[in-house]
Amino acid sequence: MEQIPILKVGRCLLVSIQIDMHDKLAMALQDDLTQKLVETRARGVLIDISALDLVDSFIGRMLSNIAAMARVLDTQTVVVGMRPQVAITLVELGLTLPGIRTALDVDRGLALINKLIDEPEGDSGARGAH
Amino acid sequence: MHVERTSTLEVRTSEDVVRVRQEVRNRSGAVGFSLVDQTKFVTAASEIARNTIDHGGGGLARIETITVPGKRGLRLVFEDQGPGIADIALAMQDGYSTAGGLGMGMPGAKRLSNEFYVESVPGKGTKVTLVRWKAT
Repeated sequence: MEQIPILKVGRCLLVSIQIDMHDKLAMALQDDLTQKLVETRARGVLIDISALDLVDSFIGRMLSNIAAMARVLDTQTVVVGMRPQVAITLVELGLTLPGIRTALDVDRGLALINKLIDEPEGDSGARGAH
Repeated sequence: MHVERTSTLEVRTSEDVVRVRQEVRNRSGAVGFSLVDQTKFVTAASEIARNTIDHGGGGLARIETITVPGKRGLRLVFEDQGPGIADIALAMQDGYSTAGGLGMGMPGAKRLSNEFYVESVPGKGTKVTLVRWKAT
């Protein structure tokens, strides 16, 4: 059965979507990733979509769901490599991918994830307020 | 209006949705759409193909290369024999969903097309037509 590989790299899970996913495959990826997060105790998820020539509402929802589940498991998610024409289409479609952080490429995405793991957002300023 | 070329695909499974996307991608490339316009129309096709399955119980997609004097374009016709849409105006609103989705499919696909028509008879089925013209 076809499956999208999930690789552990350091503290991160790395997923590179290289094929035009049908909806069932997207659902399977969402489930696999959540399972892997628990098993590996990874702190970050990097999803490379540079090979995707389309993100429709279903794939957009999958990305948002992954980010939301990862957040509940204390994990940071960054989506990298979105093609310009995909970004233009997403906005016109009306999707804003709430809760998803993005970076231009895998290098920058990993740097962002490591930064988020080491200094979780809202921590630095909020502490002094108590 | 002249129809240059027609192909018809089944829309019953999530793999069929991928096949519709690929055919619309190839055909919009052949018409000469820009990469951005191809991506917009393929995305619109994906949304409506999914609706044909989720709401219509499956159906057919007809992909037509069309010409009128001075311009060429692509017309997509999705037809199902499902329960139909009770309130088309409501279905066209952003965020309205009866299938637990985001409710972006219909209004989003309309924004990504140049022309968009919905005909539906409750109990008989739904026909959604999308047209995009090659920018001149």
